[in-house]
Amino acid sequence: MTGYIIRRAMVAVIVTIGIAVISFLMLHYLSPSPVYTVLGAKTSAAAAAAWNHAHGYDRSEPAQLLTYLGQLVRLHFGYSYKLGQSVSALFKENAGRSAYLTLAALVLSLIIAIPLGVAQAVKRNSLGDYTATAINFTLYSMPSFFLGLILIQLFALDLGIFPPTVSDSVTTTWQAFTHPLQLTLPIVTLAAINVASFSRYMRSSALDNLAQDYIRLARAKGLSERAVLMRHLLRNSCLPMITLIGLSIPTLLAGNLLIEVLFNYPGLGLLFYNALGTEDYNILLAYTVLGGILTVLGNLTADVAITVADPRVRL
Amino acid sequence: MTDPIRPVVEGVPGAGGGGMAVRLPLESTPPEGGDVQVIASGWRLALREFLANRLAVVGLAVLVFFVVFCFLGPVVYHTNQSLTNPLITDLPPGGSHVLGTDDNGFDELGRIMAGGQTALEIGFFASFIATVIGTLWGAIAGLAGGIVDGILMRIVDILLSIPYLLIVLVLATKYSATVFDESMIIGLFAWLVPARLVRGEVLTLRERDFVSAARVMGSGRSRLVLRHLIPNALSVVIVNVTFQIADAILILAYLGFLGFGLQYPAASWGDMLGSAQQYVSSGYWWLVYPVGGCLVAVVLACNLVGDALRDAFDVRLRKR
Repeated sequence: MTGYIIRRAMVAVIVTIGIAVISFLMLHYLSPSPVYTVLGAKTSAAAAAAWNHAHGYDRSEPAQLLTYLGQLVRLHFGYSYKLGQSVSALFKENAGRSAYLTLAALVLSLIIAIPLGVAQAVKRNSLGDYTATAINFTLYSMPSFFLGLILIQLFALDLGIFPPTVSDSVTTTWQAFTHPLQLTLPIVTLAAINVASFSRYMRSSALDNLAQDYIRLARAKGLSERAVLMRHLLRNSCLPMITLIGLSIPTLLAGNLLIEVLFNYPGLGLLFYNALGTEDYNILLAYTVLGGILTVLGNLTADVAITVADPRVRL
Repeated sequence: MTDPIRPVVEGVPGAGGGGMAVRLPLESTPPEGGDVQVIASGWRLALREFLANRLAVVGLAVLVFFVVFCFLGPVVYHTNQSLTNPLITDLPPGGSHVLGTDDNGFDELGRIMAGGQTALEIGFFASFIATVIGTLWGAIAGLAGGIVDGILMRIVDILLSIPYLLIVLVLATKYSATVFDESMIIGLFAWLVPARLVRGEVLTLRERDFVSAARVMGSGRSRLVLRHLIPNALSVVIVNVTFQIADAILILAYLGFLGFGLQYPAASWGDMLGSAQQYVSSGYWWLVYPVGGCLVAVVLACNLVGDALRDAFDVRLRKR
């Protein structure tokens, strides 16, 4: 077990280095130096060369890459010349709000998807199952921003229950937490998209388990149907969800980005989006690498968690 | 080790996937290595199975409809999609503009057709690029084995760990002006999943007798890959293509919505939804729902067809 975790962790480290190298080279190719951002577009070539030399942007790519990797190890993500702050400080400021949005949506989607998937499996091929499947399939094929637009129209403009965008007065994570009305639509939109994919896997996992002998045994020994479902089926059917959640981090990041832009909610996604517009490549690089690291960590955590949760998974 | 009491999963409506979400194998049993059938009858069986699936036929019909609608529609329904007309902006549906006009005075129905053209073109082209690269990469890795396989697949692992939307967006800040650019950007990072699938398939195929026979008869590596392994791994690839198309159209919509789509005056559905966003509060519903509905319909149709193809090719799920 320990050996397995160490081996997996070493692979994860190598993959992380690979992510950093590829992202750096790609971004470096797109934007070799931020000199014209700092000194202005009309800077003379000599002044630009001098600035590049002073800040190390005239060195060879491998040298710059090594410096960058060295910084990453110390969790320095570079400096945003557009915003005049270190990227780490910007991330620290925005990460809480993004994490709140993403985790709230994740928890909400699991609360809905797990019972829904089990119910669909138990009542398979019923009218309710078909309806739920149809809704899931549609949501699954729907871009999150379109769903968001529909919900804004319905609940913000027509019914006036929730605000159409998150108010500018919500600046801290705590405020986001204590103003549930402000964040309801973003969280629900993000969760709905996740429910669509989670409940499909949940349904198929529950179907697999329903046909297993241990369910038949539980029924044969006279357990009530409720106990069979709650105590035996539910717990075993949830196992694939561990892997699924671990693998869904890129999806969550993407959803996060779109929802934050749509609802104008200040988080990492909106920071990244604004950096796209201003071509602030250090932020783009840092968020891409961070997303990659989170993805690797998600996979690793899921792999370890599944071996803990499911003793049948042999290493 | 097919489970004799495998539950009622025929059809698995709603299982599997498309979109950007993760696709786990839904069946816990690994693909088997032993039960090869005559290829021709396998394909015919799959076709019969596919046509028996009503949802799949509906999905296919929707796709055909949109191809006709987007590419032949403009021939019948002439609209001006290149010059803005400030005199007729935001007209509600009716009269000579069936679905009204947008904020530039473009006819909305004509714009949906034009946007559909780019969506379908990029969807097909990007998935074509991704499939060709992915198939070759996976086949080479699976066949070579050893250290080559290790290196090729680690590269796939690394690229797959970089969040797809983020890296595509970064590239789109510089190159996203034309249909070709956009297809390249999307296809360039979409070949990773087919590469994995094909490698897995090749790993089981290369242990089969007919591959050994081909080797004994003196087939070279390239002949082995092109004539024996790829054709037999094709079912996996075909299923994946449909999901690739759905993914590419969704990603294109994301790029357009975020403002990094095709350059004006080219139309794309994501761009249209992005610019319509500010008009939701004005009640200009015709700028939001028709185009959004078309987007969902096309992606949904691709996913339905993909699911049905997977079920049709999967021998273990087939009703006997």
